[in-house]
Amino acid sequence: MYTSLTNRREFLKKMAIMSAMTAAATMFPGILFAEEQEKNLPKGGNLDWKKAPCRFCGVGCGVLVGIDNGKAVAVKGDPKSPVNKGLCCVKGYHSVMSIYGKDRLTKPLVKKNGKFVETSMKEALDLIASKMKETISDYGKDAVSIYGSGQWTIPDGYVASKLFKGCIGTNNVEANARLCMASAVTGFMTSFGIDEPMGCYEDIDHADVFVLWGNNMAEMHPVLFSRLLDQRLKRGVKIIDFATRTTRTSMAADKSIIFQPQTDLAVANAICYEIINNGWVNKAFVEKHCNFKKGLTNMGYGLEDKYNFNDKPEGITFEDFKTFLQDYTPEKVEKVSGVSAKDIKYMASYYGDPNKKVMSLWCMGMNQHTRGTWINNLVYNIHLLTGKISEPGNSPFSLTGQPSACGTVREVGTLTHKLPHGVVTNKEHREFAAKIWDVPAENIPAKPSYHTVEMFRALDRGDIRFMWIQVTNPMVTMPKLKRYRDACEKEGRFIVVSDIYPTPTTDIADVILPSAMWIEREGMYGNSERRTQYFEQMIQPSGEAMSDTWQIVEVAKRLGYEKQFYYNEATHIEEIYNEYRRHHEGNKHAMAPLEVLKAEPGAQWPYVNGKSTKWRFNAEYDPACSNGEQFHFYGNKDGKAVIWQRPYEPAPETPDDDYPFWLCTGRVVEHWHTGSMTRRIPVLHKAMPHAYVELNPEQAKEMQIRTGDQVKLTTRRGEIILPASVNERGVPERNQVFVPFFDENMLINDVTLDAFCPISKQPDYKKCAVKIEKV
Amino acid sequence: MPIKSYLAHPHEGKKSELVQALTSISSCEVIPAENNDLLIVITETTNNTEDNILKEKIEAIESLKLLAMVSGFDTPIK
Repeated sequence: MYTSLTNRREFLKKMAIMSAMTAAATMFPGILFAEEQEKNLPKGGNLDWKKAPCRFCGVGCGVLVGIDNGKAVAVKGDPKSPVNKGLCCVKGYHSVMSIYGKDRLTKPLVKKNGKFVETSMKEALDLIASKMKETISDYGKDAVSIYGSGQWTIPDGYVASKLFKGCIGTNNVEANARLCMASAVTGFMTSFGIDEPMGCYEDIDHADVFVLWGNNMAEMHPVLFSRLLDQRLKRGVKIIDFATRTTRTSMAADKSIIFQPQTDLAVANAICYEIINNGWVNKAFVEKHCNFKKGLTNMGYGLEDKYNFNDKPEGITFEDFKTFLQDYTPEKVEKVSGVSAKDIKYMASYYGDPNKKVMSLWCMGMNQHTRGTWINNLVYNIHLLTGKISEPGNSPFSLTGQPSACGTVREVGTLTHKLPHGVVTNKEHREFAAKIWDVPAENIPAKPSYHTVEMFRALDRGDIRFMWIQVTNPMVTMPKLKRYRDACEKEGRFIVVSDIYPTPTTDIADVILPSAMWIEREGMYGNSERRTQYFEQMIQPSGEAMSDTWQIVEVAKRLGYEKQFYYNEATHIEEIYNEYRRHHEGNKHAMAPLEVLKAEPGAQWPYVNGKSTKWRFNAEYDPACSNGEQFHFYGNKDGKAVIWQRPYEPAPETPDDDYPFWLCTGRVVEHWHTGSMTRRIPVLHKAMPHAYVELNPEQAKEMQIRTGDQVKLTTRRGEIILPASVNERGVPERNQVFVPFFDENMLINDVTLDAFCPISKQPDYKKCAVKIEKV
Repeated sequence: MPIKSYLAHPHEGKKSELVQALTSISSCEVIPAENNDLLIVITETTNNTEDNILKEKIEAIESLKLLAMVSGFDTPIK
């Protein structure tokens, strides 16, 4: 779609058309308005269409960006992309508008006497380097830290890890992906010994049944959801929405099953009980490819500072597992979960039917969970017991929310315990990384330091004194936010924030660096299906904005690491990527060469002999399988996957007389993450201008609350006032409320709880107790 | 100066009739889907009063089965 920025009204009109086309495409997959799309292109214009992965969510849609006279003026779905097949969601279509918000940060700013003053990039980078040196000298190397995100490109995260872990020698590297998919990582690691989904989006074209575990795909992954709807039209597939609240996804599903918060653990176990009880176990698969284990229970919830937990896995037998499941008969689980035994048996029957291919999909509902690792394990249990895994259409699939949560955070390893290949606790892995990084192996500490919540607690305590925050907005996203905002503002803390717009996080900065955004620089993202996608620099950065990669390189050089950061400014992305690829050499994780990424709409690792791998652990598709069997779970030394005995345990804070409601937080289709980009897109901002609290309609009536009324939410952390929403987009159950978190003017995370999964350290944003009052 | 987009669903067999009726209204632009019984309608008016009158006029068209606003969506905040 051509959109002339010189004619605002015409532009808005085209945006209105695009919104309608997107909505129509969601309702009627495959709908065509092709003539109109062609008609909108400028007559005789010089539009140059260049490919990129979308800037926003983790689906990784391929888009074509229309460049006209040095400006990005249009976006359309890339028909060559196997991810989205030419479709785009409302955010994707509008994505280039987020580059041109009128308050883009274009100059470095330094806080002096409480006010930000402009400075040059050179002076700002000098100041950052000198502050880092001073902090390390005064408090030690573990007093400096970097906090990035799944929006980091692969080169951004790579140089951050290399500088902090390899050169400075601290494992204080974290990313906000800890807040959104750490449980998925630990789920994969504990069940399979290696991270990321074994399947791919093509599973959608083969599966007969889709079970969505607490995943509002219609709003959060609309393009993939439209692919599900398309398959229903073509093949009559079934979509089961298993959730705590009725959403657009529930309304579009064939069946909506509502469960009480946290009890997905019990229901998953009940499905396993049914599978075993009805003789639906794929015995040959389980005997050949699975082990049974149990771990520690009653782990706590990480509410106290310096909380530490290490699981102690112990082998068990199939009979032990069967005995354990006696507590999870559908009838018993009905009482705790609110899901009827009939519905539990209904779900189990699809998983158990050898003639049905089943895809399980999940995202934040399972990951933002104080037992997030466990619930990931339990869904894998279901697929492993039935042998429905690692083949087209049989696929447990963990979705992500950020464009490179997989590519940068999980694969580059920008978490405290990770390295690009392996973990810091493994001597061989440290030595391997150190060799490529050209640093002494002793530089890399053998012990992880702080996961995200603990990193901000360390900042509060004064154990960390310097933090560099890039491409994320923790002053909106941290749970129990007030504590961590106060921590950042304490005396003796120095905070650097690299971003493209002012946010509540830039508010607490000492130095703000303007970052080049997305196609203003060159880079790569890695999406949820192990697909790495390249984008070239298409336009000039705004003002003095600089890529996050080059900001780190400049500071590294100032810190004396010229040898390790030898990169040439003109070719540094290629040099960094080629260096990074060395960490993943071998059949299990080889990355595609850059020229392939430039030519193709992405490539899926392991990329071996010029070919992407669609299904891992299956010898028919995966070149890393070497045990001579059809399946090989080579992430674990014995080549087997693990079926875990994990019980149901309650949430740390449950409704009581004082706080009688559950509070669940989440997202909306119009806004991506904290809205710092999408709220600057007029059509999206107008569509969803601010947050709200969604109430159960019956209960709202009893409380005489109508849409738009002011409602006070009080938790043990504080209170917030929000306008009510009744019977509109979503419908919560009785004694439950929902609030989206995108609105920086209504910070719901001021009242959420910073409890986390003891294994993944990922906080639970979906459950805490709250009191509701009409104001 | 409201600009709005809608999805218009015609009654069965009335797509052409609906396209004709809508295109005769000067402040409406119509984009029919090529392979579905669905139309995109874009309205452009000078103020809210005019916008409301136009919406009533569209809704009165006999061949129209359902009109759903898209640009603006169904935001819960009024």
